[in-house]
Amino acid sequence: MTTVSLTVNGKPVTANVDPRTLLVQFLRENLRLTGTHVGCDTSQCGACVVHLDGKAVKSCTTLAVAVDGSSVTTIEGLAAGDALHPMQEAFREHHGLQCGFCTPGMIMAAVDMVNRRGNLLDEKTIREDLDGNICRCTGYHNIVKAIAAGAEAMGRGGAPARQAAE
Amino acid sequence: MYAFTYHKPTSARQAATLLAKKEDAKLIAGGHTLLPTMKQRLASPSALVDLGACADLKGITVKGRNIVIGAMTTHAEVAASPEVQTAIPALAYLAGHIGDPHVRHRGTIGGSVANNDPAADYPAALLALGATIVTNKRKLTAEEFFTGLYETALDEGEIVTKVSFPVASKAGYAKFRNPASRYAMVGVFVAKRGGEIRVAVTGAGEGGVFRWPEAEAALKTRFASKSLDGLKHTANGINGDIHADPEYRAHLIGVMAKQAVAQATGK
Amino acid sequence: MSATGIGAAVRRKEDHRFITGQGRYTDDVNRPGQAHAYFLRSPHAHAKIKSIDTKAAAGMPGVIGIFTGDDLATDKIGGLICGWMIHNKDGSPMRAGPHPALAQGKVRYVGDHVAVVVAETLAQAKDAAEAIAVDYEELPVVADTAKAAGAKTVIHDEAPDNTVFNWHLGDKDATEKAFKAAKHVTRLDLVNNRLVPNAMEPRAAVGDYDAGEGIFTLYTTSQNPHVARLVLSAFIGIAPENKLRVIAPDVGGGFGSKIFIYAEETVCVWAAKKVGRPVKWTADRTEAFLSDAHGRDHVTHAELATDAEGKILGMRVHTTANLGAYLSTFSSSVPTYLYAPLLSGQYDIPAIYCEVDAVYTNTAPVDAYRGAGRPEATFVVERLVEVTARQLGKDPAKFRMQNYIKKFPHQTPVIMMYDTGNYGASMKKALEMIDYKGLGKRKRDSGRAGKLRGIGFSSYIEACGIAPSAAVGSLGAGVGLWESAEVRVNPVGTVEVLTGSHSHGQGHETTFAQLVSDRLGIPIDNVSIVHGDTDKVQMGMGTYGSRSGAVGMSAIFKALDKVIAKGKKVAAHVLEADEADIDFADGHFAVKGTDRKLDFGSCALQAYVAHKFNGQELEPGLKEGAFYDPTNFTFPAGVHICEVEIDPATGVTTIERWAAVDDFGNVINPMIVEGQVHGGIAQGVGQALLEGARYNADGQLVTASFMDYCMPRADDLPSFEVGMTVTPCPSNPLGIKGCGEAGAIASPPAVINAITDALGHEDIAMPATPQAVWRAAQKSISRQAAE
Repeated sequence: MTTVSLTVNGKPVTANVDPRTLLVQFLRENLRLTGTHVGCDTSQCGACVVHLDGKAVKSCTTLAVAVDGSSVTTIEGLAAGDALHPMQEAFREHHGLQCGFCTPGMIMAAVDMVNRRGNLLDEKTIREDLDGNICRCTGYHNIVKAIAAGAEAMGRGGAPARQAAE
Repeated sequence: MYAFTYHKPTSARQAATLLAKKEDAKLIAGGHTLLPTMKQRLASPSALVDLGACADLKGITVKGRNIVIGAMTTHAEVAASPEVQTAIPALAYLAGHIGDPHVRHRGTIGGSVANNDPAADYPAALLALGATIVTNKRKLTAEEFFTGLYETALDEGEIVTKVSFPVASKAGYAKFRNPASRYAMVGVFVAKRGGEIRVAVTGAGEGGVFRWPEAEAALKTRFASKSLDGLKHTANGINGDIHADPEYRAHLIGVMAKQAVAQATGK
Repeated sequence: MSATGIGAAVRRKEDHRFITGQGRYTDDVNRPGQAHAYFLRSPHAHAKIKSIDTKAAAGMPGVIGIFTGDDLATDKIGGLICGWMIHNKDGSPMRAGPHPALAQGKVRYVGDHVAVVVAETLAQAKDAAEAIAVDYEELPVVADTAKAAGAKTVIHDEAPDNTVFNWHLGDKDATEKAFKAAKHVTRLDLVNNRLVPNAMEPRAAVGDYDAGEGIFTLYTTSQNPHVARLVLSAFIGIAPENKLRVIAPDVGGGFGSKIFIYAEETVCVWAAKKVGRPVKWTADRTEAFLSDAHGRDHVTHAELATDAEGKILGMRVHTTANLGAYLSTFSSSVPTYLYAPLLSGQYDIPAIYCEVDAVYTNTAPVDAYRGAGRPEATFVVERLVEVTARQLGKDPAKFRMQNYIKKFPHQTPVIMMYDTGNYGASMKKALEMIDYKGLGKRKRDSGRAGKLRGIGFSSYIEACGIAPSAAVGSLGAGVGLWESAEVRVNPVGTVEVLTGSHSHGQGHETTFAQLVSDRLGIPIDNVSIVHGDTDKVQMGMGTYGSRSGAVGMSAIFKALDKVIAKGKKVAAHVLEADEADIDFADGHFAVKGTDRKLDFGSCALQAYVAHKFNGQELEPGLKEGAFYDPTNFTFPAGVHICEVEIDPATGVTTIERWAAVDDFGNVINPMIVEGQVHGGIAQGVGQALLEGARYNADGQLVTASFMDYCMPRADDLPSFEVGMTVTPCPSNPLGIKGCGEAGAIASPPAVINAITDALGHEDIAMPATPQAVWRAAQKSISRQAAE
């Protein structure tokens, strides 16, 4: 067993884990943060995306021990209290989700996209940048709209992405 | 995954010592190839030596006419590096198109190079640009380094520490992605440095990355995509799978080579 | 229309929990003391099991129990069932072999369940499974649909030629006559490619047993928890219904694949009692590929006869349908009654004859996947119609309009009585949306850029609202297909609606609440929709076949009628008026011609305090239930037009435009309906361009992960233009037809018709991958050169 200390959604956590524990298992099983999902075994679906030190990563392909000392933001930590993050609000407003399973990863990926590319995202950029997230329900149409709108809202003084995410 | 012990050295030297001490130990960089393999129980190292805390393996520096990239530099860092974007924009482009954004935040150049996945992007750049792979023991050219499918010249206990890319006057990269996995089904990197022109192909070769001498000769006459008109790569020695048989892949080599040259020449 | 009533694009009530990570899916359920199950699966497609030695494994760390098919048999746990009896042409019943939850003596596909290990942790269960020694005697393998019938290898002794049934529908003689009279006959050989549903949430189950009460609880990824309980109780024999609770919490997509009752949940709930611990299993994606029921997999020869003017005279179809190694829950109905009755499409076709041979193969079971039979039928019809128009030199849009059914009701020669529709209106609207007039210029522009442009039509129809119970009963269904609803009005006037329609992405918690808000005139926030728990909802048939609106909401409608009727009685007492003089509108019970009224909430309170009426004359309380059994199928229909551009250098097909015009009857929430259309189109485009499950000759699934099975991603798809026309459905009180499957049904032929239009020849199969299109484009180029 190895000790892992992380800051998760702003709170320090420490646990003894088997070294083979993946970050997603640590979040789901140790911390019971079940908003982060597992949809594949090959690092492709993106249901497990969280922010690690402010950057989107696939928590199913990251060992918990390897990120000891890091700061992790999950979907549960995105909203500031009761106030939804603008990207969460945009997904709701634009019907960017159906079954909701890919949604946490999509939203975390979308916030990361804005962090990397700014607030004005065209359709082509969004579609190409969603390479690492698979949705089976929406046909992506409304996800693309939601991300464009959420990105703009983040720029309009909706909470700056990084600040809200960390 | 099978159980393993975990070690996190803080320097390449420490890592090498650990690697030598532990039987069946494996290095882990970004983990984006190794962890999925271990999850499927197809790899069972008894120990993992994580290079993530080795500060001496990180960073991008310009040394004369070379860009030197530390092994633990992520794809995202290479893609976003102003130095790389200025000196070899095609290399930044390549790094920015590996996997997906999340993968690029974790995956590293050292991990990619050492793994030598036949569908990885970097090997094409290294071979075409005439890069030098620096290990904790020696320096190797790309030709010496990439020896076959998932095979490299690395000895037991040898660690890739950095990759040095001589700056090319012109370079371009084009890939056709596997529609499912999004790995390179065919990727072609072309580079012109002084009088030397290299065309390197990844994703397609039965033996991994390779050069395409006929294309290099054709481009020597004139470095323009038109020079490749009518030039076809043979299907012999080319991979086939359910997504692309050797004939189609061979055809795509020609198409991607032209696109890469077009990118290199800005046309 | 109110802001939250019928027809409003109300934002979804369920979204808050999903966008904040508070959804609760089966894998999020953890029971105290829970153990983990891992299934040892067959690595062989076909083998005899000579022995299973679990001794070494049983002694490994953390192992709690290891069970095989013998243990299930000892406990008299029955096999999995197929709930639809199909009869052969000669009237004899279909030939089905047993389907044990854990293999007994033989494995029949890669991934078949050999044993289960229950251990403290999943890793320990996997370690122990590796230590189980199974002695297999490998048998020859039949994996190919077209080669299964009559192959030397027999998969089930009960079906000695690997044929489950030879079934037919339609008038053979009349069809022969039509073909004899024909001026032109179009012939096509078509393959409807095998698909893996791949809901993003993998299947999962948590079994729990309360030894004190003798009650089993199963949390499972189900589209129809009541059907699961019925099957697990009545057929498999886990426990009587009153001792078995099935909960389907949030479910991350189904698309059909979570209708069925599978081995894993059966074993988990049974094993919970065996080991005295809750038992959890969650599929990884590879297990999902291997063991979820797949979809489609037809090999078809089809012919269409026309007269000299281009009027369709008849259709002849022969299909071989692969049902896999075992019959899944509704597998037999898919290539029969969900398929052939749709072969008339939107067209007036006097004679149709369809034969279907269903075969066993050494592959995963095949069952309903979004559309289920109707996409296969639409692909046959719309490819035939498109090619016929081309062969006759007619404009494909005009040819379709020429042959559309224009008078309703219309009795087709294949069972269905279409009630209403206006197919021409959808076509006209779609042609405008796609700018059909501008196509010529766009084609020329593409040509100048070295690209090939094509347009493809699909005039689809589907039969939804499944289904009138007596009708499906007469066709072999083992269950009735009504739906239930219970409306519980609380004393303060808030409402809980209990429905048998499970929601796993469809947004029922919003649309159903819209109906209630609209009819009772109460705020939508005062309405809660309860579903997915057999202890809360008494009985229901579940969500599939685009039935939740037409059937599930009609049941709610009916229950609301009863609530309002009861409310009128209460109001009559309170307002001291005659019941006949009470009107209910805008949330108020009012005495006709007066200003005396009682709001809904007050009426509810009066119903519960019961001070104003005699409890012997009128029962206190306000709670009503209803069962709604539809009187006909519903017939959503529409026109999808796809425009593609092909790069002949790489074979890459880009969808440039997509116009969809659908007639779903009345629409409750257009935002949700459009979302359903988008998702359906994406799955159909996936089938047409990207997806295909492939088994090799040894029966190994070579597309067993997202590395090889190509899922549609955002950059594979365009934005869609979605329009609607409306002819209200006459057979249900809301006029709803259903929208869940339309996109998946309409889109594959639209894509292939567009590609073949661009290519100038018909020689391309699904999925039209870049390699396939490149090769087909080479053929186009060499043909052009020859001309």
